[in-house]
Amino acid sequence: MSHLDVTTESKPVRVLLIATAGLIVAMLLLLPLLAVFIEALRKGWEVFFAALRDEAALSAVTLTLTAAAISVPLNTLFGVAAAWSVTKYRFKGRALLISLIDLPFAVSPVIAGLVWVLLFSSHGWFGKWLEEYDIKIIFALPGIIIATMFVTFPFVARELIPLMESQGSDQEEAAVTLGAGGWQIFHRVTLPNIKWGLLYGVLLCNARAMGEFGAVSVVSGHIRGQTNTLPLHVEVLYNEYQFSAAFACATLLALLALVTLGVKSAIEHFTDHSRSVL
Amino acid sequence: MSISIQSIHKTFGSYKALDDVSLEVPDGSLTALLGPSGSGKTTLLRIVAGLEFADPGSGKILFHGENVVNVPAGRRQVGFVFQNYALFRHMTVAQNIAFGLTVLPCKLKPPARTIRERVQELLHLVRLDGLDQRRPDELSGGQRQRVALARALAIRPKVLLLDEPFGALDAQVRKDLRRWLRVFHDEIGLTTLFVTHDQEEALELADQVVVMRNARIEQVGPPQQIYDKPRTPFVYEFLGNVNKLATPNGSHQYIRPHEIEVKFAAEYDPSQDRLAVVQHLFSAGPVAAMSVRLDDGQFLEVEITRKQLDELALSEGDTVALGLPQEPND
Amino acid sequence: MPKRRVIPGFGLSLGFTLIYLSLLILIPLAALFLKAAGLGWHEWWSLLGSERVLAAAKLTFGASACAAALSSVLGVIVTWVLVRYRFPGRRLMDAMIDLPFALPTAVAGITLTTLYAPNGWVGAYLAQFGIKGAYSPFGVFIALNFVGFPFVVRTLQPVLEDFTKETEEAAATLGAGRWVTVWRVVFPMMVPALITGFTLAFARALGEYGSVIFISGNLPMKTEILPLLIVAQLEQFNVPAAAVIASGMLIVSFMLLLSINLLQRWLDWHKR
Repeated sequence: MSHLDVTTESKPVRVLLIATAGLIVAMLLLLPLLAVFIEALRKGWEVFFAALRDEAALSAVTLTLTAAAISVPLNTLFGVAAAWSVTKYRFKGRALLISLIDLPFAVSPVIAGLVWVLLFSSHGWFGKWLEEYDIKIIFALPGIIIATMFVTFPFVARELIPLMESQGSDQEEAAVTLGAGGWQIFHRVTLPNIKWGLLYGVLLCNARAMGEFGAVSVVSGHIRGQTNTLPLHVEVLYNEYQFSAAFACATLLALLALVTLGVKSAIEHFTDHSRSVL
Repeated sequence: MSISIQSIHKTFGSYKALDDVSLEVPDGSLTALLGPSGSGKTTLLRIVAGLEFADPGSGKILFHGENVVNVPAGRRQVGFVFQNYALFRHMTVAQNIAFGLTVLPCKLKPPARTIRERVQELLHLVRLDGLDQRRPDELSGGQRQRVALARALAIRPKVLLLDEPFGALDAQVRKDLRRWLRVFHDEIGLTTLFVTHDQEEALELADQVVVMRNARIEQVGPPQQIYDKPRTPFVYEFLGNVNKLATPNGSHQYIRPHEIEVKFAAEYDPSQDRLAVVQHLFSAGPVAAMSVRLDDGQFLEVEITRKQLDELALSEGDTVALGLPQEPND
Repeated sequence: MPKRRVIPGFGLSLGFTLIYLSLLILIPLAALFLKAAGLGWHEWWSLLGSERVLAAAKLTFGASACAAALSSVLGVIVTWVLVRYRFPGRRLMDAMIDLPFALPTAVAGITLTTLYAPNGWVGAYLAQFGIKGAYSPFGVFIALNFVGFPFVVRTLQPVLEDFTKETEEAAATLGAGRWVTVWRVVFPMMVPALITGFTLAFARALGEYGSVIFISGNLPMKTEILPLLIVAQLEQFNVPAAAVIASGMLIVSFMLLLSINLLQRWLDWHKR
């Protein structure tokens, strides 16, 4: 870039801006990330691994994985159905439906948990009925799963909708004229076209599902070893001043975040996928 | 297979796209739906294909006598080629062409070997041999268009429908493919209906031209007839250059540029000629085109052969006498 | 007669979508509003007007707005640098922006607290100037910056990327200096997206819980945030009160979401 380029700033200004941006990113983002790992290893590797091998930690990991394993596929199914209905057809209320899908983003995680307490706790709408059949939703796994589903509801749909919108319906119409049926069209024509966007959306959905704190905190009841997901376990450890152990567990989640970012970057690199706001 | 379109209406919300349209398409013909944007030609094509449905109860579409107006597109056995080809991006050329055969129900689906042979046959038909393993983004526009055509033909359609088949191509490619399509049509003899806004294309290619405007059909007929005997001023103006000369009695006379005779100023006959000054002369082509200015200030576009131009030895600024056709057209 | 659809699957996909949406989102939220409404207007207002709630609301809204504002300023700089310049580490910087999206809020919460506590790396440094990091409203402010920053960058980026250099070249040929061009030609183009980014960051900050509750210290009347109040009420089994605060928050959030949508619509219309 020669200094005669009229559409860019002079070199000193550029250097200053880049340095400032670097400082901002370092202070705001990089520093906390590094801190997680450093704090986790503060008392050495032995304490680190002991924290991870701890029974409560292991059951927290299991719970987190279970919640994600159920909520992510269901929300993916929804995301695909919603994106299909909204992009391949035109109907009254379509714009409203698209806005409604974004609702969970406007809801604080705590409220996302609260609504389920309202419905399923012993004083809730269905409370008596659930007690009759001895079904526990709040303070148990089902509640955690439902709360997680609420919070991660939009991710796949939000990823697919702009993608499928921009791809249009021509290929699907062509398949119709060639005699293909509904599932054939989806499976052989649409799905291959959206596979990267779908993977992307599932990844984001998963990252959020495993990391959700506020909503799960409200519905779980914090029963150690039973209804603590990994983020909740981190909170419990921290509140008990077991800082290194808390950070050790936190590193698992931080690694998950890094993997998510890494795969997201890789997908962008290979497909020229435009960025979306999570 | 012949197509008979009878009294079709199509409304989108409050917008009337087709208003009582009826048309006969003879078996084996190559028919052009010609008109400006918004005339309804693409809507009509899509209704014939089954990609849109006519307003309920509005009319009939007969494929060889059978009313298919409510039959879904997949069962009409039409081959449709989209304007932007709509090739399946992630499939190879061979997979694209084979698609219609591979989605047939188990009972009707041919064995893999038969499908492969048919694909090769079609590739040869559209002159794309050897490209079967390519992907659409590795092909040129003209090649993609032919793949789309082969894909549509694979299902042995009774009717071939083309939506602006040459719209997305370069001028030279367009000309080549036009010629190719005409030969191709004569070879396979399939009833073909295509949409275009390019009148030159319609006149050059089609057996029958259907001129449409504002959701209605203005005129139907062979190209020669439409060009020489246009029924409305719109058709006249749409099909080629035209001069609109204001006559003394207040109306207009339509004259084609090549219908004007150009003579030396000395041969001016006041009783039937007009005097004009050459404003602009363009002679780098097969004909010489010029704009001339009449004594009353009106401009006319005139076309003469290069030979005539040489004989007259004209340049810009010269005065000439123009012999105009006498009979007023509309 | 119902409209015929060309591409199959309309009924199935829309039906499933609507049922899922209703069961998971609409009905539960409706339950919330019903519960809150069940308390009656008078109770509703007196609860929302109580000292503790007002204090929490002031902190929540105040800190969120300030954080969104600072994030916007920082976001402009970082977005500009990411989009306009090429330098080693650019791709890495770009990928890092999404960290707050991907990192669980609890992890962010404990980490930021540890960093800004009086004995933390940054906290100790700040203490020299008499500034309290963690366990103060400032701590809440810091945490909300972490959360909202990516929204600004990711909203601005596509707009800046789409901005063709030709407009700037035109300004240059007309004699405008670089700074003038940036200020009067480029920035105005970015303002709508900046407002959207600010609003998104603000909305997210309002509801934020995990990142904030560790660093705030949760001192009643001083460093409590609204989401925490909801949890506090729940822990005391005062479900209706929790519902009231929640419904108040939701109304504000929905209005924000609506204004974002309208803003986007207005922007799209103006682009023509």
